Amino acid sequence: MTTQNKKTNLFDPQIVRRAISDSFRKLDPRIQVKNPVMLVVFICAIILTIVVIVEIAGSQYSDFKFNIQIMLWLWFTVLFANFAEAIAEGRGKAQADTLRAMRKDTVARRIRNGQEEKVSASDLAIGDLVLCEAGDIIPGDGDVVEGIASVDESAITGESAPVIRESGGDRSAVTGGTRVISDRITIGITATPGQSFLDRMISMVEGAKRQQTPNERALSVLLLSLTAIFLLAVGTLKGFTTYSENASGNQSFASLTVLISLVVCLIPTTIGGLLSAIGISGMDRMLRKNVLAMSGKAVEAAGDIDVMLLDKTGTITLGNRMATSLIPVWGTSIDRLADAAQLASLPDETPEGRSIVVLAKDKYGLRGRDLPSQTRFIPFSARTRISGVDLPGRDGTMRTIRKGAIESIWNHVRSNGGLFPLELNVTAHDVARSGATPLAVAEGSEVLGLIVLKDVVKGGIRERFAELRRMGIKTIMITGDNPLTAASIAAEAGVDDFIAEATPETKLQRIRDEQSEGHLVAMIGDGTNDAPALAQSDVGVAMNTGTQAAREAGNMVDLDSNPTKLIEVVETGKQLLMTRGALTTFSIANDVSKYFAILPAMFSGLYASAGGQLGPLAALNVMGLHSPQSAVLSAVIFNALIIVALIPLALKGVKYRPLGASVILSRNLALFGLGGLIIPFVGIKLIDLLLVNFKLI
Amino acid sequence: MTNTNWQAYPGETTLSDLTQPLGLNVQNFLSAATGIAVMAALARGITGRQSSGLGNFWVDLVCSILYILLPISIIVAVILVSQGVVQNFSHYIDAKTLEGGSQILPMGPAASQVAIKQLGTNGGGFFGVNSAHPFENPTPFSNFIEYLSILIIPSALVYSFGILVNRRLHGIMLLSAMFIILFAGIGISLWSEFHVNPAIGGLPFMEGKEVRFGIFPSALWSVLTTAASNGSVNAMHDSLSPLAGLVAIFNMMLGEVVFGGVGSGVYGIVLFAILTVFIAGLMVGRTPEYLGKKIETRDVFFAVIGVLLPCAVVLILSSISLVVPGGLAGLSNKGPHGLSQVLYAFTSAANNNGSAFAGLNASTPYFTILTSIAMLLGRFGVIIPVLALSDSLGRKKYTPPSTGTFPTESSLFVILLISVIVIVGALTFFPALTLGPIIEHFLMIGGRTL
Repeated sequence: MTTQNKKTNLFDPQIVRRAISDSFRKLDPRIQVKNPVMLVVFICAIILTIVVIVEIAGSQYSDFKFNIQIMLWLWFTVLFANFAEAIAEGRGKAQADTLRAMRKDTVARRIRNGQEEKVSASDLAIGDLVLCEAGDIIPGDGDVVEGIASVDESAITGESAPVIRESGGDRSAVTGGTRVISDRITIGITATPGQSFLDRMISMVEGAKRQQTPNERALSVLLLSLTAIFLLAVGTLKGFTTYSENASGNQSFASLTVLISLVVCLIPTTIGGLLSAIGISGMDRMLRKNVLAMSGKAVEAAGDIDVMLLDKTGTITLGNRMATSLIPVWGTSIDRLADAAQLASLPDETPEGRSIVVLAKDKYGLRGRDLPSQTRFIPFSARTRISGVDLPGRDGTMRTIRKGAIESIWNHVRSNGGLFPLELNVTAHDVARSGATPLAVAEGSEVLGLIVLKDVVKGGIRERFAELRRMGIKTIMITGDNPLTAASIAAEAGVDDFIAEATPETKLQRIRDEQSEGHLVAMIGDGTNDAPALAQSDVGVAMNTGTQAAREAGNMVDLDSNPTKLIEVVETGKQLLMTRGALTTFSIANDVSKYFAILPAMFSGLYASAGGQLGPLAALNVMGLHSPQSAVLSAVIFNALIIVALIPLALKGVKYRPLGASVILSRNLALFGLGGLIIPFVGIKLIDLLLVNFKLI
Repeated sequence: MTNTNWQAYPGETTLSDLTQPLGLNVQNFLSAATGIAVMAALARGITGRQSSGLGNFWVDLVCSILYILLPISIIVAVILVSQGVVQNFSHYIDAKTLEGGSQILPMGPAASQVAIKQLGTNGGGFFGVNSAHPFENPTPFSNFIEYLSILIIPSALVYSFGILVNRRLHGIMLLSAMFIILFAGIGISLWSEFHVNPAIGGLPFMEGKEVRFGIFPSALWSVLTTAASNGSVNAMHDSLSPLAGLVAIFNMMLGEVVFGGVGSGVYGIVLFAILTVFIAGLMVGRTPEYLGKKIETRDVFFAVIGVLLPCAVVLILSSISLVVPGGLAGLSNKGPHGLSQVLYAFTSAANNNGSAFAGLNASTPYFTILTSIAMLLGRFGVIIPVLALSDSLGRKKYTPPSTGTFPTESSLFVILLISVIVIVGALTFFPALTLGPIIEHFLMIGGRTL
């Protein structure tokens, strides 16, 4: 379903239709009150409506054509702003509907005193144990306490491939509403009905509990103050105008309609009308990246992140260590070593074992072969730390090939009467120092050489970290490895710092230390032992495959469980703030041109010389607008249309490139600052020409 | 006390020789020192690390007087006396003029007061016509010294602020923003004074200028004194050309940002810097920070109040005065110039300048009361939000800068800061200004007078 939604166009006809009806529904004063800037426009529109009604009642039609057009465009301004918000909400609502349909009441098989009983899912309480078998819908959020099963979570993640959930470990969390496809699991319920993950997801995507984020509040204060000062600037204009009219003996064109138009044009309606749409679409963009943010505040904080904690495994390196090279002991041919290494690993199903087979094939041209039936596989055991095979050789004797940690092989060959070459010991040390793990290979009592196992850094990750550094973000790698190995991988991946031999306590402490220095820390994690660190971090992204504890502790859940997602999360957060800044700048810069449209229109009659029509202030009419009426109307129309024109930008966000702050700033300033100064001059002039052309004025 | 020093009185006739040095001069020192103390509190707020408390006002006050204001004042006063500024307690001298008439030459301890009035951006002259009076400003050299003393402390303090917050470069950036606006103002003012008046055949405006100085020093002074929130004059601003008058009014309307008052100029421009960082800083994709402090709702609120309250006061009081009889009675000119006079009066009062357009008869009870209200609001309506802001900043954590941080030490920042200052000022006052100096300018170009 999410996959479906990702494809939906920004202006899907269904969403647009719904948004249009919603924009009328939002004319409710109780909703308008929430947005003070637009409330002013709303009140102005009401006042003008009364003016127009009074004119109709009194049959005074002198300014009627002008007044009614201004009135209509003010209502449009309000509706356009409502529409922007409605369309931003629309996508979330559509998604919430599908989620809600999924939340139908299911029958749970509760186990009580060893007996299975059927109860409604809504009657489940925290701590209940329920049984789910293939085909069952999981009745509520919980952790698998027994068994292993594959679960179809496509309803939530959009991913059609089923995922494995098993008791113990870090993949135990299951979500109510998802379906078990195979096997049988027992689930301990961890959320009461109504507060489940699904419920929270519905309320988040719907924006039902949307609160203003801290930055949004600060911006609102600024916008409100600007609104107040512009109201004052226009309100006090009455005194200045009266004086000037008396002094010059001329009339100005400063009717109530014109003053109202001036107010509406000056107050920051562009950003005011789009502010909530920007916030909602930020959450929505996260969702489209399959990240479920638990609050708008978290999305915003993501933009401020300057320290990032990343797990080594799975994020920076491919999950497991891989064999990268073979080093034969002096006097042994590389082919013999490769042959032995491959034979010892063929039946070995561990990722390391498989990587040795792959290495032998890719680098030494040894194809996989069938082992003779008498072959005996000696699997790895924690006690011996050795694995290998016993197989019949060509001459009929048994070949015993072993691979394992240096110390273990040392003991192995010594007990067989062999010697461990000193030279190899030195090489092994060097390998370990470079951050890799050496494995020794022996046949019988003879040591053949080393297999070098290395953590392989993911392709392209180095560039990603360089990008982050340009964004001003410090990356810290977390790993359980020893400091030596950690340092070498950190250097190879290009992270700024690392925590070796990390424990939950050291992670938590590091986050606290960074925070006390004023940094904002993001962390991504999945396991229960990550929970404290996730809770402490400013942005904690939990993997959906993780444990319930981790999902509760984080303030975002990555439905794809992809650790590099954190980078996109940060970008979305930054985009959100940039879009607000850009539109605020644009809105304020716009005011300059509106003054040049409306003020000459109002005052060009003042101090006109005896015979002349126009006073000195007509010189300010730099756009050469047709008449006072057309000038005011054009400004009002431009003001309304620019909101619609900027809806796509508000929803998609200003494009973010990982460059330094100065570069981004100059780019956006040129675009929205300078653009905001110039565009309205062009726009207002064009509208003026159209108005005159179509004889609307 | 409010560092405005609006003079509706001519000092030599209404006040005794002792009231001036003891009553007024003390205020000259204290008000300037208060500005420095507030600035110091702001710097402590910015450098504070989750701390409360902004220092001791009395210590700051005494130190700024003892170590800054008093020594420089003494030096300047001595130089002025050497140029012939009177400094005595003599009786007024009855002198015979060359034509045989008689004239009373006022005497008194002027030099000491002139020094601090310039240095402390107070501007209240010993004599009614302020530094146009020969006993306050006798020679070109004294004129130069008085220029210099208008700017020296306010501009030096901007630099000190940079040092106090450990960002010397930031202080220099603020200073350069001020200088750019100042020079732009001087340029416009001089151009308008010298070039554009078809009515008198393109001749420069001499009426109302002190003939001993001529136009250049008069126009220069008018820009300096309004920029620096000083308010002393060496010519009557009423007689400036419309655009030069506009520059003078607009300088004050911007608030105390282009040097501004002693100390108050620093906190004035910091308020604007915070707004700049907030508006433009969002565009880099981070919660805006100013000198390592995150700018949040409270901070925006206080900054906006500090910037907009004086604007609101000017607009409301001027607008009222232009329609009520009490206000109209004070005008000496009808037409747009009358509007400029009223606008100038309240702008000057609310922005702690204290210079006057002179044409306005401001000693009526009506204007005395309203301008006093404007002065109080314009001074404390800014100081209180600034102190609240300092406190709020002081309690915050310090955020170390990174490459993702909005740069406050670059030329881009200077350009942005200037744009925000000019646009906020222009957007707020453009309607009022069009009906005053701007219309006057166009009328004059058209060769019409009213």
